[in-house]
Amino acid sequence: MSLLDVRDLTTSFQTGGGEVTAIENVSFSLEKGEILGIVGESGSGKSVTALAIMGLLPRPPARVLGGSVRFEGQDLLTLSDRSMQRLRGPGIAMVFQEPMTSLNPVFTIGEQIMETIRAHESLSQKDSFARAVEMLEKVGIPAATTRMSDYPHQLSGGQRQRVMLAIALVCRPRLLIADEPTTALDVTIQAQILELLMDLRDEFGMAIIMITHNMGVIAETADRVLVMYAGRVVEQAPVGRLFDHPLHPYTRGLLSCVPTLDQDQDRLIAIPGSLPEPSRRPSGCRFSARCVHAIPACSDVIPPLEIFEQSHAAACIRVGDFA
Amino acid sequence: MGGILVRRLVGALPILLIVSLITFGMIHLIPGDPAVAIAGMSATPEQLANIRRDLGLDQPLLSQLWDWYANLLRGDLGRSLLLGQPVVQATMRRLPVTLALSAYALVLTLLIGLVSGIVAALRQNTWIDQVAMVFAMLGISLPSFYLGLLMIIVFAVDLRWLPTGGYIVLTDDPIGWLATSTMPAISLALLLAGLLARITRSTMLEVLRQDYIRTARAKGLPNRTVVVKHALANALIPITTVVGIIVSLLISGSVVVETLFSIPGIGQLLTQAVLNRDYPMVQGGLLITTTLLVLVNIGVDVCYALLDPRVRYDGA
Amino acid sequence: MTEPKRASPFRATMRRLLHHRLFVLGCVLFGLILLVAIFAPLIAPVDPNKLSMRMKFRPPGADFIFGTDNFGRSLWSRVVWGAQLSMFIGGAVVAINAVLGTAIGAAAGYFRRLDNALMRINDALMAFPAVLLAIGVTAVLGPSVNDVIIALAIVYTPRTARIVRSSVIVLREMEYVQAALAAGAGHWRILRRHILPNAMAPLIVQLSFLFAYAVLTEATLSFLGVGAVPPTPTWGNIMAEGRQYMTDAPWIITIPGAALMITVLGLNLLGDGLRDVLDPRLRIQQ
Repeated sequence: MSLLDVRDLTTSFQTGGGEVTAIENVSFSLEKGEILGIVGESGSGKSVTALAIMGLLPRPPARVLGGSVRFEGQDLLTLSDRSMQRLRGPGIAMVFQEPMTSLNPVFTIGEQIMETIRAHESLSQKDSFARAVEMLEKVGIPAATTRMSDYPHQLSGGQRQRVMLAIALVCRPRLLIADEPTTALDVTIQAQILELLMDLRDEFGMAIIMITHNMGVIAETADRVLVMYAGRVVEQAPVGRLFDHPLHPYTRGLLSCVPTLDQDQDRLIAIPGSLPEPSRRPSGCRFSARCVHAIPACSDVIPPLEIFEQSHAAACIRVGDFA
Repeated sequence: MGGILVRRLVGALPILLIVSLITFGMIHLIPGDPAVAIAGMSATPEQLANIRRDLGLDQPLLSQLWDWYANLLRGDLGRSLLLGQPVVQATMRRLPVTLALSAYALVLTLLIGLVSGIVAALRQNTWIDQVAMVFAMLGISLPSFYLGLLMIIVFAVDLRWLPTGGYIVLTDDPIGWLATSTMPAISLALLLAGLLARITRSTMLEVLRQDYIRTARAKGLPNRTVVVKHALANALIPITTVVGIIVSLLISGSVVVETLFSIPGIGQLLTQAVLNRDYPMVQGGLLITTTLLVLVNIGVDVCYALLDPRVRYDGA
Repeated sequence: MTEPKRASPFRATMRRLLHHRLFVLGCVLFGLILLVAIFAPLIAPVDPNKLSMRMKFRPPGADFIFGTDNFGRSLWSRVVWGAQLSMFIGGAVVAINAVLGTAIGAAAGYFRRLDNALMRINDALMAFPAVLLAIGVTAVLGPSVNDVIIALAIVYTPRTARIVRSSVIVLREMEYVQAALAAGAGHWRILRRHILPNAMAPLIVQLSFLFAYAVLTEATLSFLGVGAVPPTPTWGNIMAEGRQYMTDAPWIITIPGAALMITVLGLNLLGDGLRDVLDPRLRIQQ
């Protein structure tokens, strides 16, 4: 049994102009201790997928239309709010993109770590304090005991992201979802945080979903990669295969401009055009409008994700022509 | 912490100086002869001369100003013409009445305003939200003396549940105090509760959208902790600044409510003073009330700093 | 900036306002009172001060739509003419505020050297509780409609000035203003062409709420007996006189009170709508 098994997950959100789908038929699975990278431009549905798994989509305006999210065999979409709340933290934890705004400004970082422990375990004040200090040391905060009484505004961005990691990991989750954990940070800090994440994975043995728009981050960290475009999975492959033999034209576009860790790029310039808005997605293959290889048949049907070889799958009717 | 208090007190000094200058100047801005304004057209020359001497109006302006501030520093704001007693004494005797009524109204305001604002925000765009906001809108549009009159007609005249007016001192008879203060306090509070509910709702909605609320949910905190601890602690910071405005509006409102319900507080005292051209009482009452209000606002600023660690640390 | 470009945002704003249901309701309520005020001589030809002791305490009905008061005066006439007084006083206070508040606020916000002195005086005037300052000023000036207008202007102008000032301070630092300064434009021209037009949105929102406060405070002053002298038919005066008879003739109080509430409600809804559409950033402040 996989640790996480997502099947045909489809969500929508309400806009002024009606209900539009955000992600469609997203399916993937994840084994214990594995690192899955999800890559795509902003707006491709990466974060929505993560929030849907966490049960944190803002409802309304968002809602889950269908599919299942099985975590250790349990469908999270049918779980009660209370059970879901208990699962967040010890089961699945999450770190976010914005370390500057993701910590509550009016509580000390010590309190914000300890309340996480208190929410899930019955530990004495003294023990949870010790646990929090230990966790802060693990994420590389120097003088952890004294930093416990600091407020978020007294920390740098990199330190705040370390604190976010400490909060996420303090209950030893089996799965960590990291949504663009380094995007908002300086380049040198980015590398440190990624390295820390790898070390912690080795120590805790948790699985990680690493969400990023940065192929360099994927190359450094992931075992397997999911490429998303306009709310759909367009390619899935082990990281080595993907970089050596990308199948989908979109993935190839992404890879032709791989930003290395020390030169971050927000825009993927090699592909002409831009991601369509959810309400203006083209019919058939979502990428057809921007694809240099597009043929008229591409606009007819949405190509399904098909496995080609060695668990390498792509959603493109012309894959055969490229091979 | 002490730093903020001292800085705010120092910052308030120029404002209090100008406030005291304005109240000093009032009597000199009366069109025509102040003595005639006080005593009436039929006053004899001796009466007018007496008034001028009593109020120091026969002195040069600068020496009047000097006396005003010299007396002010000694806590002497002159004698009320109407009551024949020192202005400070008359004001201080009435002050507890107004403070008790204002405190009662403030408690009602905070209870109704905060609770309905928070509930409306948590149930945004549901019927609960809409009903709360319709009542808030009606509340801020309902003049307090009109609400008071309607309540008197219904609860005092028709149903005879409560007296139409009068006042019983809290320490003499707490039940009697409640009976005489409840309608005045509600008349004062409904408008302010409406105001507070609207501000609380929009502030809570703003806070609930923040990233740290998502973090709090992501780490598996129960919904109640997320709302009551994480959201409210942040929402209270901007709401605190409104409390200063609310207290100012309470004092304004108590003027008419005290007159309406015959409650012997500062509002009624000042209204009587104005109607009887008791200028020293008007000046002194205005100065004392405004000074107290400035102090309340300093207290609010200090609370603001207590609630917000960013201000507390950067400003201390 | 060319003319058509200007016209279309204006039209877009109007369209959004007309789609704001509560704004439209506010306009209807306030417009109703405004029409009554304008056409008072036509719809209430009976002198609001005409005494008729034989007719006193008539309840609302066929003869007198709003009934009569303790002197047999037609309450309909008194309330209608009261609407005219309320609208006149509110409008005058708003006009004075628009001119003085803008002048003081712009001067303080634009000329840094004036800022400190002007804002200290402003803060001092705002430190007084509004109604207390208003009755204090009427104590000095006297009890006439004009004196009430002056008192309300003194109470509320500092609040308007503060709002204009804070817009001007932001706008003064904008690049296009700095560019105009560098290009040698005079201060007056910069204020008039570049700053004040862009400071209008928060001012308009403020003035619609201010109209409500002015009407409300005027009624309060009359009710206390320190406003326009009786028998001037202000709503506050009518209600004050009706107090003695509220057991037997409650309509003397409830009808002008309802008129006052409709006016204030209309203006509040109107102001809310304007704020939502013109200046969403202001949402928390009021």
